[in-house]
Amino acid sequence: MAVVWSILAQALHIALILAAAPLLTGVVRWMKARMMGRRGPHVLQPLRDLLKLLRKRPVLAENASAISLAAPYLAAGAAVAAAALVPSFARGMAFAPLADLILVAGLLAVGRVAMALAGMDVGTPFGGLGAAREMSFAALAEPALVVAALSLAILAGTTNLDAIAGSFRDGALGLRVSLGLALVALLAVAIAENARIPVDNPSTHLELTMVHEAMILEASGRHLALWDYAAQMRLLLWLSLLAAVFLPLGQAPAGSAPHWWVVGLAAWLVKIGGLALGLAAFESAIAKMRVFRVPEFLGAALLLGLLGAVLLFVSTGLA
Amino acid sequence: MRFGQLTYDLSHLLGGAVLLLSFVLLYQRRIGTVINAFAMQGMVLAAAAAWAAHAQGVPGLYLTALLAFGVKGLLIPFALHRLVRELNLHRTVETALGVGLSMTAGVALVGLCILVTLPATQDARLLSRESLAFAMSVVLLGMLMMITRRNAISQVIGLLSLENGLILAAIGVTGMPLVVELSTAALVLMLALVAGVFAFQIRERFDTLDTGSLEEHRGERR
Repeated sequence: MAVVWSILAQALHIALILAAAPLLTGVVRWMKARMMGRRGPHVLQPLRDLLKLLRKRPVLAENASAISLAAPYLAAGAAVAAAALVPSFARGMAFAPLADLILVAGLLAVGRVAMALAGMDVGTPFGGLGAAREMSFAALAEPALVVAALSLAILAGTTNLDAIAGSFRDGALGLRVSLGLALVALLAVAIAENARIPVDNPSTHLELTMVHEAMILEASGRHLALWDYAAQMRLLLWLSLLAAVFLPLGQAPAGSAPHWWVVGLAAWLVKIGGLALGLAAFESAIAKMRVFRVPEFLGAALLLGLLGAVLLFVSTGLA
Repeated sequence: MRFGQLTYDLSHLLGGAVLLLSFVLLYQRRIGTVINAFAMQGMVLAAAAAWAAHAQGVPGLYLTALLAFGVKGLLIPFALHRLVRELNLHRTVETALGVGLSMTAGVALVGLCILVTLPATQDARLLSRESLAFAMSVVLLGMLMMITRRNAISQVIGLLSLENGLILAAIGVTGMPLVVELSTAALVLMLALVAGVFAFQIRERFDTLDTGSLEEHRGERR
């Protein structure tokens, strides 16, 4: 019976994230608009855009290679696969043994590589510029993510997200300084990965400092829909990840009956909604930083993550 | 190694937050945000002191918390903001070292503190040892900030945040006499006053707050 439940939970989880990703982006945009005193588009607008774009044929440059054709599918597939692994309302889903933080980081890297290649494929200067910037940021963001994962792994004894969420939920570890440092590092990486405001501006492609939008400037039709969907999925993934690790309250434990899922689902919605509100407030309050300051920002995140890991290493070693 | 009890967890976490704010001080470049980060550090320090007073049952520490909150969280930042406004300072802080380099140096210093403090205090409890390491790191990061910044106001903030580290060490140790803390607090007020006058003087003489221009007059640069 437990197997059936775990498969059912996984299927529900995948359906949930597939539906929630465009909604989340819509909600964040709407909240931002309200905070800035605008009425803002309807919450369902990103979904409508996706549906409209999916009906349209992509227009490709004459010299576009197979990379331009394959990259959007690869990126969207990697994003969905990664998001399917991050526990949302229940632990112990069918894919839980695969849900490794390092694997999630790797899937995110696959999506990033696909996007950078697509940016460079046609040979427009903007695409190449965006790809170069994305890669130079990733050189700092990825180690920061891995170092933060290292702190979590030392504390929980595993890199499996499901198990980490479980051991943090049980509260056996208490409050730890290293956890706080890892949280700061992960927040900075999340902001950079999702091209949110201090690093990149998600709402325009008319800016010289853009990174994410520069790479998909050439995309159109179905392909653009897939790129957008991958970006929305990544945002949901990161918020889910932060909620699962740092706010594990309310998550249904592994092997629990479906009535716990309702509680978990409500808790998940509240947590994601709260994080979205925080993101919208943060983005409304802060100005975008210069591109050349981003490596400093991410470097600081990397160092703080490293500090957390060093602290754990030393204190466990000398204790 | 068990960290279960909330009392120690929370004091540990607050010590870590003070350390984190030291890094924020190192990272920020704008003078206004540096002052705000310093105010925040003072407030977190006050919270740490209040928690220590509650946990250790020492009412004298409540006074320390009140002093930290009033003086470091409100009074000095307010005075510094006024100073910045009156001197009409340009908004950016020049750094002698780059931000990346000073952050790296900061992490190295924290590592050094842990390596030095933990073996030196073998017989104490682990958490108070780690808190001591944090306090020492805050002291060293304050020194680092004084070295890496050239703006007189940032240097003053480095000095004051160094003193925050001393208070953090003091509240971690049980049985710290109140007189010492009161005199330290008075010292800090005097220090802020002198620094303010000093900043005005430099500004009047050299038309800048860059302490680099003092070097010529000491005959260090020719």
